Amino acid sequence: MSAVLRSAAAPRKPATPTGARRYSLATPFTFLAVLAIVAITVVPLLFVIEGGFRSTAQINSSPVGLPHPWVWSNYTTVLFSSAFWQFLGNSTLIAVVATGLAVGLGSMAAFALSRYEFKGREALFTVFIVGLLFPIGVASLPLYLPLQRIGLLDNQFGVAIPEAAFSLSITIVILRPFMRAVPGEIEDAAVVDGATRLRFFVRILLPLSRPALVTVAILAFVMSWNNYLLAYIVFTTPSHFTLPLGVATFQTQYSQDTARIFAFTALSMVPALGFFVLAERRIVAGLTGSLKG
Amino acid sequence: MVSSTDPPVAMAVARASSTAVAAGARPPQAPPLRRPRGLRRKLELTLLLGPALALFVGFVLAPIGIAIYYSLYNWSGFGPLSDFVGVHNYKLALSDPVFRSAIAHNLTLAALSVIIQLPISIGLAMLLNRRTRGRSLLRLIVFAPYVLSEATTAVIWSLMLQPGGFVDQFLKAAGLGGLVHLWLADPNIVLYTLFIVITWKYVGFGIILLLAGLQGIPAELHEAAALDGASWWQTTRRIVLPLLGPTIRIWAFLAIIGSLQLFDVVWIMTGGGPANASVTMATYLINRGFQSYEFGYASAIAVILFIICFVFSLAYQRFALRRDTRGALTRAVG
Repeated sequence: MSAVLRSAAAPRKPATPTGARRYSLATPFTFLAVLAIVAITVVPLLFVIEGGFRSTAQINSSPVGLPHPWVWSNYTTVLFSSAFWQFLGNSTLIAVVATGLAVGLGSMAAFALSRYEFKGREALFTVFIVGLLFPIGVASLPLYLPLQRIGLLDNQFGVAIPEAAFSLSITIVILRPFMRAVPGEIEDAAVVDGATRLRFFVRILLPLSRPALVTVAILAFVMSWNNYLLAYIVFTTPSHFTLPLGVATFQTQYSQDTARIFAFTALSMVPALGFFVLAERRIVAGLTGSLKG
Repeated sequence: MVSSTDPPVAMAVARASSTAVAAGARPPQAPPLRRPRGLRRKLELTLLLGPALALFVGFVLAPIGIAIYYSLYNWSGFGPLSDFVGVHNYKLALSDPVFRSAIAHNLTLAALSVIIQLPISIGLAMLLNRRTRGRSLLRLIVFAPYVLSEATTAVIWSLMLQPGGFVDQFLKAAGLGGLVHLWLADPNIVLYTLFIVITWKYVGFGIILLLAGLQGIPAELHEAAALDGASWWQTTRRIVLPLLGPTIRIWAFLAIIGSLQLFDVVWIMTGGGPANASVTMATYLINRGFQSYEFGYASAIAVILFIICFVFSLAYQRFALRRDTRGALTRAVG
């Protein structure tokens, strides 16, 4: 009997059960496909980085080619100019403020919506869900005049605060079930030990919600970091520009100095790609996790 | 395709759905032991909910209301609101050939992304799901364009697509010189050029989503199919694709919503031109609002764009996602 079982199981082993292991990079088709994907993804990035090492004259005489000689001045000019660092600083400031506001206020609201019982709670939650259907792009135009009235035009907070508001929905929607799932016994224990509910929230619930907090923080941060339209509408002074706005403006402003555009664009990719390489697992888990629940 | 702002947005729609699912799975409420009563409770609730609610109402809900209000006036954005025109702006917009072609462009991009990006994403996700050496590095590479802002993507591709630039030289070197076009200046081509750029940026996102979906398929199913002598195609057709269904439906939702709201890439690369050949609803809106100073009219466009997205979201939730997320947003909203 056992021999029968064994012989039935034996032929399966080399044929790998998952179906995922049957092919390898050695298969010519797979290899070519992978090569094509990598090339299509990476070549535009390398093209921009490499272009930054050429002079505008080199680029004009032959648009495609290796630097000859290698020119460092484009990169050093950009790195020693105040513009690049200003854009970077503004993007960082705005993203940090927007993320802090969204996660801070959002987690407070999620706490109230998950662990308090009160009339109209579900209706209120629905209001926040409906907010998910408002794209910030559509709201940019109607936001302009209120921002003007309260003096937030051409001001970093004029971008950061609306971004935070638009991130609130996702924050609350992700955090609420998470906070709800924390067992009531833990809250009871805290209460027995004499903690108030707010203390329970700050000292116990927030630390327990850390994975979800990281997810919503990343979502809010990336949304703010990449936002272009609102910044485009709000800012007029170049020293207030964010990185996406700066890159796009730089391209039109220095259209004669192609090499510097290359260098500037290449450098502007560095923070996003660096952050991505460092936090890839978190970002991917956050993005897919927020979908899968 | 998915615009840079909406993955969170639409994902949250999905998440809201799973919220309801999760809530349904366990007792609806973790009952608190002690209920602080009266004033203290009210104070706590006000303190916790007040700031978020104020922010949300002030910067998310109010603008929509403001847009509806302005849209009823003929107004340049300066001076008093006095020229009440009722729904005239809406009539004007819907009969304007440029706005109509903008809608058509958005719909074309949405259709193209489902028809072209989806098969590419599924194929590449299945390829990357195989356990090959360097798989995690491959994933990192494929996903990289997604983390770049649309603005940066637009600048990169403006440089790539310059006449006589990299793309043209590459095609010539590959013996495909006949394919060289004025990628961004030819009205017949520009929309498709933009679509390729958007595909470059967003395919990685689709792959990551679908990979997560693929990894959710139990290995036992592959095993059983292999034991039954199923071919690769049969396994894919009868097991993998049906089980990827929920992921594909969410992806399609994100892609279509993103296509409807597309702005950054178009605005930076072409500004909607040449001769409105690549105008989208969002670029039309910004153009009319901030370059022609037709604030009332542009507000009407904003409202129309919002209604289109809103109706699409609800309909999609109700009809396409119902199976996956029963009783979620559809019940809460519709």
